[in-house]
Amino acid sequence: MLYSNLIAPFAEFEFMRRALAGILALAFGAGPVGVFLMLRRMSLMGDAMSHAILPGAAVGFLLAGLNLFALTAGGLVAGLAVAALAGLVARTTELKEDAALAAFFLVSLALGVTIVSVRGSNIDLLHFLFGSVLALDDRTLVLIAAISSLSLVVLALIWRPLVLECVDPGFLRSVSRAGAPAHMAFLALVVLNLVGAFHALGTLLAVGLMMLPAAVARFWARDASAMILIAMGTGVASGIVGLLLSFHAGLPAGPAVILTAGLLYAGSVVFGRVGGLARRLAPRRHLEA
Amino acid sequence: MLSRRRSLGLLAAALTATPIARAAQERTARLKVVASFSILADLVRNVGGDRVAVDALVGPDGDAHVYEPSPADSRRVADAGLIVVNGLGFEGWLDRLVAAAAARAPVLVASAGVTPRADDEAAMRLDAAPDPHAWQSVANVKRYVANIRDALARIDPAGAGAYAAAAAAYLTRLDALDRAIKDAVAKIPSVRRRVITAHQAFGYFADAYGIAFVAPQDMSADAEPSARAVARVITQIRTQHIPAVFLENVVDPRLIAAIARETGARIGGTLYSDALTGPDGPAPTYVDLMRHNLRTLVAALAP
Repeated sequence: MLYSNLIAPFAEFEFMRRALAGILALAFGAGPVGVFLMLRRMSLMGDAMSHAILPGAAVGFLLAGLNLFALTAGGLVAGLAVAALAGLVARTTELKEDAALAAFFLVSLALGVTIVSVRGSNIDLLHFLFGSVLALDDRTLVLIAAISSLSLVVLALIWRPLVLECVDPGFLRSVSRAGAPAHMAFLALVVLNLVGAFHALGTLLAVGLMMLPAAVARFWARDASAMILIAMGTGVASGIVGLLLSFHAGLPAGPAVILTAGLLYAGSVVFGRVGGLARRLAPRRHLEA
Repeated sequence: MLSRRRSLGLLAAALTATPIARAAQERTARLKVVASFSILADLVRNVGGDRVAVDALVGPDGDAHVYEPSPADSRRVADAGLIVVNGLGFEGWLDRLVAAAAARAPVLVASAGVTPRADDEAAMRLDAAPDPHAWQSVANVKRYVANIRDALARIDPAGAGAYAAAAAAYLTRLDALDRAIKDAVAKIPSVRRRVITAHQAFGYFADAYGIAFVAPQDMSADAEPSARAVARVITQIRTQHIPAVFLENVVDPRLIAAIARETGARIGGTLYSDALTGPDGPAPTYVDLMRHNLRTLVAALAP
């Protein structure tokens, strides 16, 4: 019973194993990146960047069809360009960075959908918007795994400036010049992870495995390393449960994974140990001296 | 002001004298036929030759199932000397168009005399709507051609001889096509004569030539495929030993590749069902369409 419901889908079908492997890799790479985005109050930035990838990938699609290299290269170029441009607009004009990003991401989404529709069918467009987690081939899996490995290594390298900048950017600037390069490297990681997630979950959901686990982690831990572990665990659990839901209940796979993460988030909002609703409404008695 | 008006008048005079205007006049001399979709238009062209000017309301690569007629279409219908439709419930929108355009031309139902088969989908819903895709059997199309020949001869008796000769020549080609399909299918081992596809247009082809078109459970172009749908298709292919998948119209190519990788089934190419392609595509005429589908099926099913 337990076996046939939980294990057999993965044992019997290779596409299920591949989908799981892809989502596990994404959870390990995107989870930590999402935690730092959240700690630095840049959560919406992730969303904007994931849309910014679309027109780039669409141009790749226009030139080379559904070719892994073309889609990846196009997405990377567009993502990095928008990250740089949004920063530039925010610094050189009156517009705040969040507004600049919102402008960029709307234009990107419209542009991307237009470009895809010029060449492709509705099926292609759906693939771009929601990905194809059930169709991960060897090369896509290797790409996603490589991106998460790289993310973990780079995060380890820039760990100290990154954490310091979350806590006290002014202090970091006064003691070190590592802040700016670390910020650049971090933005590059955001784009890389989103491009990886784009292949599996599409442009609309790519950011889900990045921000939802981070938001969950926020309710259960106070320090960055614990949050990262919880975010990774949340991503893994969402992947397994979401794929099983898609298998047994016939839900579309990508949305099922993200919905599971969303349920975990809702549960955390209510029951979270750090600042959850239940804790706030029914606080334990303070120790009295 | 005056000079501008005069120059406009000159321009108009110049325009009426241009080759475009003259070509338009010549065309009015020919019998105007409006066909509901591209395949019928091709059949009419083959029978009518130079004596008719054929227009398809739903052109190449268009979907006649969900077509929305435009005002220009209603003018074309109003001006037509003959309107050719498939019938069998294929062009539900056409009756309204003919009535709204106040067309005087007779409407020929090209499929008249064809034995309809029940629509697989409709059969499940317990209403008896026929499957409209009768042209997928060449024997039926021979019937279409005879109907078109007779209708043209009635309206344009002067051309009756030319229509009869053209139809006879085209029917010979259709006979050769029919034989070619039967010969090619005969070379495929009978256990391999089955494909899985979400196309619902090949019922007549299946009946006429003995290739089974198995519909995938749970999968349609309307929704993102779920893991359950993909698992079911894979199980279906494994248990029914289906050697080829033609799912190009419902799922993205990478998912088809994943299904093929897991089942060992071959990935079929594109099958054309309801519309011709443009002149540069693989199926610009009916005969090309059938030959293309045959080649694609044989390539996927040959051992």
